Amino acid sequence: MNIPRTTATPSAVRQGWLPTLQLAVQEVFELMLACPLAIPSDPMPEEGLDVTSMVGMAGRLCGVLTVRCSTKSAARIASRMLGIEAQKGGPELWDAIGEICNMIAGNFKNKIAGLGDGCMLSVPTVISGEDYNLRSLVNEEIRTMLLFEAEPIVVTLEVHN
Amino acid sequence: MEKIRALIVDDSSVMRKIVERSLRQAGLDLAQVIEAGNGAEGLAALQNTPVDLILCDINMPVMDGLEFVKQLSAVEKMKSVPVVMITTEGSEGHVVQALSAGARGYIRKPFTPDQVKEHVIAVLAEKP
Repeated sequence: MNIPRTTATPSAVRQGWLPTLQLAVQEVFELMLACPLAIPSDPMPEEGLDVTSMVGMAGRLCGVLTVRCSTKSAARIASRMLGIEAQKGGPELWDAIGEICNMIAGNFKNKIAGLGDGCMLSVPTVISGEDYNLRSLVNEEIRTMLLFEAEPIVVTLEVHN
Repeated sequence: MEKIRALIVDDSSVMRKIVERSLRQAGLDLAQVIEAGNGAEGLAALQNTPVDLILCDINMPVMDGLEFVKQLSAVEKMKSVPVVMITTEGSEGHVVQALSAGARGYIRKPFTPDQVKEHVIAVLAEKP
């Protein structure tokens, strides 16, 4: 995925959101998949992350939350959520990764004072493939990488206002 | 515990399966589980099949969970059926809205099977 890098420095308030975003992601994986996520000590390459799930946010916070992972990781996530054998594709894979993104967005906004009631979420959209450009009116970006079964998952909150 | 017929309303089929699995893990003896993808489908399903318990998302296309609960509460024969909301919307405002509309329980996603068990057993125990 190519994202034009016009991102400004996060505001003082939003600089404190990174640990909250990481906690929101970790809680979703621990509670729904019984799988703790680690934060890598060193940066890892963001290659092969060919599944992107997106949830729009509107209201007091306008933006997009994206979750990117490999097809293999998405299949493992669906497998853990459903308690079934991992499959490489299919509607359940897309549904599962979309729902993960939705829960992360919801869990995150519920942890930020004033956003629980003041920010609405869109239904999730899932993109398959790496070769695309995403352009949005981003003012700020908060990004974190976590490890799910030793594979990277990148969660990004792009803020429009 | 007697056999339970449950309606699960959520636009995510994966989430409907997770909720059903959580109900089974809670020890409920499920005679039948009906699935619906939104509130309108849920109301339509209830025309044909009475249920003992409803678990319902809030954010859904066509008809959201709050509207579903409101319409359900207006039907005399459905008033006694307990509804538990299961949703990413976790603010106090949403909880108050849901309970005012007629829901008896509220579970925030992400959730554990134990949370589902606790809420479901509580609302079934309240049932007249």
